[in-house]
Amino acid sequence: MEVLQLLVSGISQGCVYGLIALGFVLIYKATEMVNFAQGDLMMLGAFFAYTYLNLMELHFLVALPLTIFTMAILGAFTERVMIRPMIGEPHFSVLMLTIGLGFILRAAAGAIWGNEPRSLDLPYAGGVIDLGGLIIGYENLVIVIGTAMLCTLLFLFFRFTRLGIAMQAASQNQLAAFYVGIPVKRIYSLVWAISAGISAVAGILVAPVSLIDPLIGFIGIKAFAAAIVGGFGSLPGAIVGGLIIGIVEQFAGLYLPTGFSDVSAYVILLVMLLIRPEGIFATMQQKKV
Amino acid sequence: MRFIRKTHYKQDIQLFKHEGQVFWYGLLAAGLLAAPFLLSDFYLGELSLVFIYAIAGIGLMLLTGYTGLVSLGHAAFLAIGAYTHAYFLAQGWPFLLSATTATLFTALIGGIVGIPALRMTGIYLAVATLAFAIIVEQVLVHWESVTGGFRGMAVELPAIGALALDGSFNFYFLCLAVLVVSLWLALNLLRSPTGRAMTAIRDSEISAQSMGIHLAYTKTTAFAISAGFTGLAGSLLAHKIGYLAPDSFTLLTSIQLLLMVVVGGLGSLHGVIYGAIFIGFLPQGIAVLRDTLPSGIAQIPGLEPGIFGLILVLVLIYEPLGIYGRWLKIRSYFEAFPLYRKAMHKRQRSYLRTERLR
Amino acid sequence: MSPQPTEKSLLAANGLTLTFGGVHAVDDVSFSVEPGEVFSIIGPNGAGKTTLFNLISRIYDANAGTISFEDDDISAVPTHRIAELGIARTFQNTELFEQETVLRNLLIGQHVHRQTNLLQEFLFLPSVRKQELAFRKEVEDIIDLLDLQHYRHQVIANLPYGIRKMVEVARALCIKPRLLLLDEPSSGLNPEETEDLSFQIEDINEELGTTVIMVEHDMNLVSQVSDRVMALADGKRLAIGTPQEIQQHPEVLKAYLGD
Repeated sequence: MEVLQLLVSGISQGCVYGLIALGFVLIYKATEMVNFAQGDLMMLGAFFAYTYLNLMELHFLVALPLTIFTMAILGAFTERVMIRPMIGEPHFSVLMLTIGLGFILRAAAGAIWGNEPRSLDLPYAGGVIDLGGLIIGYENLVIVIGTAMLCTLLFLFFRFTRLGIAMQAASQNQLAAFYVGIPVKRIYSLVWAISAGISAVAGILVAPVSLIDPLIGFIGIKAFAAAIVGGFGSLPGAIVGGLIIGIVEQFAGLYLPTGFSDVSAYVILLVMLLIRPEGIFATMQQKKV
Repeated sequence: MRFIRKTHYKQDIQLFKHEGQVFWYGLLAAGLLAAPFLLSDFYLGELSLVFIYAIAGIGLMLLTGYTGLVSLGHAAFLAIGAYTHAYFLAQGWPFLLSATTATLFTALIGGIVGIPALRMTGIYLAVATLAFAIIVEQVLVHWESVTGGFRGMAVELPAIGALALDGSFNFYFLCLAVLVVSLWLALNLLRSPTGRAMTAIRDSEISAQSMGIHLAYTKTTAFAISAGFTGLAGSLLAHKIGYLAPDSFTLLTSIQLLLMVVVGGLGSLHGVIYGAIFIGFLPQGIAVLRDTLPSGIAQIPGLEPGIFGLILVLVLIYEPLGIYGRWLKIRSYFEAFPLYRKAMHKRQRSYLRTERLR
Repeated sequence: MSPQPTEKSLLAANGLTLTFGGVHAVDDVSFSVEPGEVFSIIGPNGAGKTTLFNLISRIYDANAGTISFEDDDISAVPTHRIAELGIARTFQNTELFEQETVLRNLLIGQHVHRQTNLLQEFLFLPSVRKQELAFRKEVEDIIDLLDLQHYRHQVIANLPYGIRKMVEVARALCIKPRLLLLDEPSSGLNPEETEDLSFQIEDINEELGTTVIMVEHDMNLVSQVSDRVMALADGKRLAIGTPQEIQQHPEVLKAYLGD
């Protein structure tokens, strides 16, 4: 039973990693840029939700879309102002840029909302389901269901909509996509908007589990590990990688000495990079000459 | 514009290419030697810190600026150097032996970290080094018998034989000497085959291989050398801060080191120095800024990392070649006056064509 | 039609095959190159010419077949050892060290002749200094041969395409190879530059005694400089012979012009 209980919390934690990883992967797939500030976007999403729910006391069903919308706008804005001038620059520069962006966002959040941990007034917080001794909190359940729904939506979007297919094309060959009339620049903004929207959802989902403060964005690093374990550039891989790391972390916390739980995500990452650097769902290929 | 008449191939491998350079660097050396007699203890201490940053920066520049391998975890090497040095000093080892051991040990660890790095490029490597740094940080916290855990450990005072090096005056010269030697070593490396092999790997791995460069060997070497310099800087830093604790070597430290090489200018040792000066005096600058800003803004916690981030972003967007790149532009503006055109320093951009299958 | 290998071929490929997910990029190709000749490989796009080069320079592993160089089997030699053995190559779209000067690019070509170790280089001992001067001398000879004096201290990223192509040939020559692989040396060159190229290939072949294998589309250039030509199509060898023989070969005409 204890194992099951750990599994449940591992899965729900893993879903959060997976969602942030999804944001990473989306941007990477479309633009081959790595957004290291993804975790901080999630933090910002959580703070916006806090503003709408706690401070403005809006209804949850109003606050949720409003948060996603705000973050999407912010994502597109970031792309327009910071990322677009960097198109054509080495990947490393963009990586550094987004690290810088993360620092800025953290300072900004600290300035606006303060550094004390906050909790969200969510309608479903606190409730539990008792499955014959196995206690599942509503918040964990919502995380899993929310993740599943979001993944389905994304899958349908990329498979069946014109826009989704155009995005895939732009991700494979910028110039070719441009020549066939795909508005590559607008697509980039859109990808950032979607990615920021997803992290807003992640932020709302994670809020009841861990309190919100400007530093929660750091779990973005673990999510990043998840994205790589799953095979960078693979959407299902991001979720699978997140689940692996979430579950292992829970078990390491119980069965291994203190400290191991904190580093287990990174150990998994390093082991993975050693034995199968291309990740579970490989998408990389050797450079052609 | 300066025209140099070359009469021998030797002129291209000399450290100083012409008399002008000899003159300016001579002036700089004189200034640095005179500084301790003119400056207050506080500024002397700050300058020593700049030198230490610069030594670590040489390490990171060799790896990131010259070999093209990005490390987000160089704070770990700084920490390993610092802790190893402090540990052996506490065991009663003499200063020089202890510092050398710390340098070599860090280089060894760097080489070991470099081995898995062989199979990774770009972002994978950056994240792997980041993971390594976080693991090292945890080890520092939990390996209490050696590191003192959260309580930290005190560092013995530096001394070579009977010569105490702890005062800001003596310590300044120690750091300066180590920096000069480090620069000399790095310059030597860059004008010989190994240095060229490193830059070759940065620009094109595939043709580096076809030129007979052993990728694995060269990358591991680059990692070891880089870690070695950073470890050396760490052992000096140990004395500078006097008391080691895990929170002196966090992700922020790694980013600070990267910020230094990026702001200074990737791919140049001049850039390291400019970057070190920048990083070294930035906290003072921010302190001054705090005094002038309205208290509401000035009291923002985390203002400093935020400003770091802002500077990083602005540099990357507006001057990706850093301070050194800007200096080159200014110089060629005056040299070519009035013929200078913006296009003289136009950079090439490449467009994305992915190698991914899906 | 194909001449039998003489007493000792420089390079011999036997039954080389490489598939990419079911597509036969190179399919059972055998040929041999004699010391001192200029050997061209022609064929329509996608015929497997560059793939063949990548096999010889050990960037790809063959699925089947062997390659031998001077009677030594090199089918399993690691990529970086190829240059040491005396095989140098250029790339179709140039793979130069973009942020370095021409001079440093060529000095990297000298890497295989390095005698010093890391410690000596750190201290820049006299042995390293001597080696650097010797390297420079060699490099200058190549610069003279290919007329690159003007560009010596320029950074690659600022050079026009035609010059880059030449720099890449120069860099390959710095290895002092016995076998030089040129991958579409004339692509992107104007007619005048192509004309120069043909003389330079002849110089390389005659003055340095370097054997050349060349992948090329320009039939003028091919017939001007080649001793023998191999035609490939769909990864298969169609024919080997003198340029005249190949140009009239029915299979080759069919591959180029269709049925």
